[in-house]
Amino acid sequence: MSDLVSQNLNMIFKTPKGETVHALKDLNFTLKKGELLTVLGPSGCGKTTLLNITAGFIKPTSGNITLNDKEIDGPGVERGMVFQQGALFEWLTVAENVNFGLRMKNEDPVKTQKKVDEWLEIVGLKGFGNTPTYQLSGGMQQRVALARCLINDPDLILMDEPLGALDALTREKMQSLVLKIWKETGKTIILITHSVEEALLLGERLYVMAPRPGRIHKEYNLPFASMGLKEDLREIKKNKEFSEKREEILEMIWNMEEEIMGKDN
Amino acid sequence: MLTQIVTFLIFFAVIGCILYGRRLIRTEKVDAVFGNPERARGGTHWVIVGSSFLLLIWLYYSWDIAKGFYPKSANELCQVAKVNDSLLGLKYQFPIEEREFKSTSQIKKENKNLQQILEEIQGSNELNAQQKTDLSNFIGKTNQLIPLLTNEDLLEIETKQKINDITGKINLLTENFQKPNYPFETEQEYNERKKAVDEEGGWGIVKVSAGTGSIENTIEVPLIPATKRGLKFDAAAQKLNLISDEFFKLRNHNPQFKFKIKELKNEIKSYRKELDSEDLASTYAKNIVKIARRIEFASIYPPNALDKMQDAIIKFDDAQKVAQGGLRLIDIFLFPAGTIVASGPSCSEQGSGRWLPKPSDTFNKFALMLKPSVGYKDIPLLWIDMVDVSKMIGFILPDWIADILPGEYPVHTKDGIVKQNFKGYVLKIVTGDFELFKVPVPYGHIWDSFMRVFLGLVFGIIIGVPLGLFMGLNRFAKGFFDPLIELYRPVPPLAWAPLIISVLGIDNTGKVFLLFMVSLSIMIISARAGASGTQLSKIHAAHSLGASKKQILRYVIFPNSLPEILTGIRVAVGMCWGTLVAAEFLAGTTGIGFVENVAKKYFQYEVIWITIFIMGMLGLLFDVTLRKIIDKTIPWRGKG
Repeated sequence: MSDLVSQNLNMIFKTPKGETVHALKDLNFTLKKGELLTVLGPSGCGKTTLLNITAGFIKPTSGNITLNDKEIDGPGVERGMVFQQGALFEWLTVAENVNFGLRMKNEDPVKTQKKVDEWLEIVGLKGFGNTPTYQLSGGMQQRVALARCLINDPDLILMDEPLGALDALTREKMQSLVLKIWKETGKTIILITHSVEEALLLGERLYVMAPRPGRIHKEYNLPFASMGLKEDLREIKKNKEFSEKREEILEMIWNMEEEIMGKDN
Repeated sequence: MLTQIVTFLIFFAVIGCILYGRRLIRTEKVDAVFGNPERARGGTHWVIVGSSFLLLIWLYYSWDIAKGFYPKSANELCQVAKVNDSLLGLKYQFPIEEREFKSTSQIKKENKNLQQILEEIQGSNELNAQQKTDLSNFIGKTNQLIPLLTNEDLLEIETKQKINDITGKINLLTENFQKPNYPFETEQEYNERKKAVDEEGGWGIVKVSAGTGSIENTIEVPLIPATKRGLKFDAAAQKLNLISDEFFKLRNHNPQFKFKIKELKNEIKSYRKELDSEDLASTYAKNIVKIARRIEFASIYPPNALDKMQDAIIKFDDAQKVAQGGLRLIDIFLFPAGTIVASGPSCSEQGSGRWLPKPSDTFNKFALMLKPSVGYKDIPLLWIDMVDVSKMIGFILPDWIADILPGEYPVHTKDGIVKQNFKGYVLKIVTGDFELFKVPVPYGHIWDSFMRVFLGLVFGIIIGVPLGLFMGLNRFAKGFFDPLIELYRPVPPLAWAPLIISVLGIDNTGKVFLLFMVSLSIMIISARAGASGTQLSKIHAAHSLGASKKQILRYVIFPNSLPEILTGIRVAVGMCWGTLVAAEFLAGTTGIGFVENVAKKYFQYEVIWITIFIMGMLGLLFDVTLRKIIDKTIPWRGKG
């Protein structure tokens, strides 16, 4: 079984004032190999906490989460992560950034060179190998981040709002790229986003999370991601079912936000 | 020669650039509200004008223009100054540059003094009536001495004759002085003078090959007249000295005066004998006799007795002024803020030319000091020495390597022969007592200063950067080392210098340690800032890419801190450089700061300016180099 399984996952933070924040409460889910999960929710619903626990950067207060039947305990190469701002290493070139993981494993530079070239071609950065990363645009930086993560051949890819900082046009292109990579590599992907459209377009499965305590509010199984592999993404957006789902989820999140505001007042 | 060319070049550059600037303004678009939009950009032509003016002011006020265009002028002005110096005493007797005759003002002064004493005596409560009468009597007699001197009828024939003699000598001198071939130098005298002039050298530092490079001062202004015109003044000055001496030996004492003053002195002497020496009357009597003596030795003459002599002196003065000719203009226009002054046997520059060294002198001195055989205080500024590699090996290997080997060091036999053994050979190697090939090693003042900064900096980096990174990543390290660093860092580095120098010595150790302290705190703070400023997402990214903690430190945190570290190095270099020079001022035997400090003690203004120049250049070199390195190594700075 190469699934990601979460059982009764709880995460409780203590603020310096002594208040307790229930970031995640009794999270149970199973993600099968090759599935693409998008997670959506208002701020403070524990999306990023979930991702950080999955990545192994923080440990849950109780419950456990396993990947391929192995409990997650600290970061690992089998779980690659793509950050919102790319988090590239500016002192390295594009190729060196992509090569970083392999270099840390002391692999043969000649072999890794070939791999790096392959991945650069897949993400559409052929010929940019020697460019310093600080000369790249935001979209190109995210492509590098994707390639850097994928070259390690992880079982699970975690994406923390990877397209959040991009302009609309680049974002659309990158969404196609994510779908393309998902199809070609068959990786399991968890993608966190703020954009309802993006969550619908890319998510084979979609969790809408709710805050205080952080929990999975509703779960969807969606056809759009598989459609997106064949069709143009803009065509899908015109789809009636797509619009209905979008309105439904938007309303759901609006209600949650209002509830929070009401509580505050 | 060079000065002349440079001066002309500057003139043409300034004029050319100003014309160019004017023309450029006409072609530029002018904004009606804001004026010329290009004005903030300056321009090379204005930079040239600015620096040319600076150089011109330097050339002018250091009297280098005078030296360049009229190299003999200082020597000639020195001779003129000699004449003025000799003439001063004689001129002083007459209302030439003064308001009154010296005799008149003397009489006025002594009359006033006598009047004052008389009033004091008469108003005194401690003197009895008899004493008052006696003392007033003395004053009256002293007063009566003056007419004996100023009466023309009493003037002795002999004195008159002597005054005529002196007047005649002055007139003769004037007459001779105006002759073109005065002072009638023979060929032999000419040759001797030329030889002496050559030996003495020119004005300022002209000959680059001269001097041994030690700290002796060169003669500012050559004393021996080098030109015909100078010789004329020199000869006249010598003559005038003799005449002046003769005049001041002359006394206008006629028999009546001699008799009267002797009588007065004796009277007062016997009067004082009868009194207690601490009696007020005795003191007054003593003061009266002092005035009488002053009248005796002041050159007081009858009002018209010296008229001819005065005319003669004025005539000579006019003649020497005429003979100066263009020299007077040079003195006025090319020796601003001061002039050449003769006092006693020597001439010197007095004014801005003294403390502002001439550019030409400075460059000549610099060229001289750059010669390894000259240098400063027998140490070159920067040179290379061939050092045997064995010496370095001996320095690096510790001597105890030989000590811990089994066996004993060789002992001499009874024949007085020392037979080497293995242990002995090892000792030779670890102490560097053998010969290998030689390599060039730089040394000298500049190198020493440079090495001190370099070593202090390197040690500071080696210890400061890892410690700073550690402190940036670890709460314990931050807390533990923070008090230590914050305790010494705010103290101005120079405040540590006396302590460190007295503990570690005035040589390199103390200075390197001081600079190490300076650079250490800067490096720690910059490395700490770099490390703690590393974005968490980068560390997470590296971690999830499979990097270990060590690898993250080496490949993520360190390169991420590089901009801060390199900026820290740049700051540290500046701080170290400033501290070093001051530390070298305090104590030491080599280094640029040491050179300046010694030069200060010997008033070698050229050397002081040279050291200032060297320090500026080296500081600039450090900064430019580091800026290049920073641009090369961290091109992403400010762009990530």
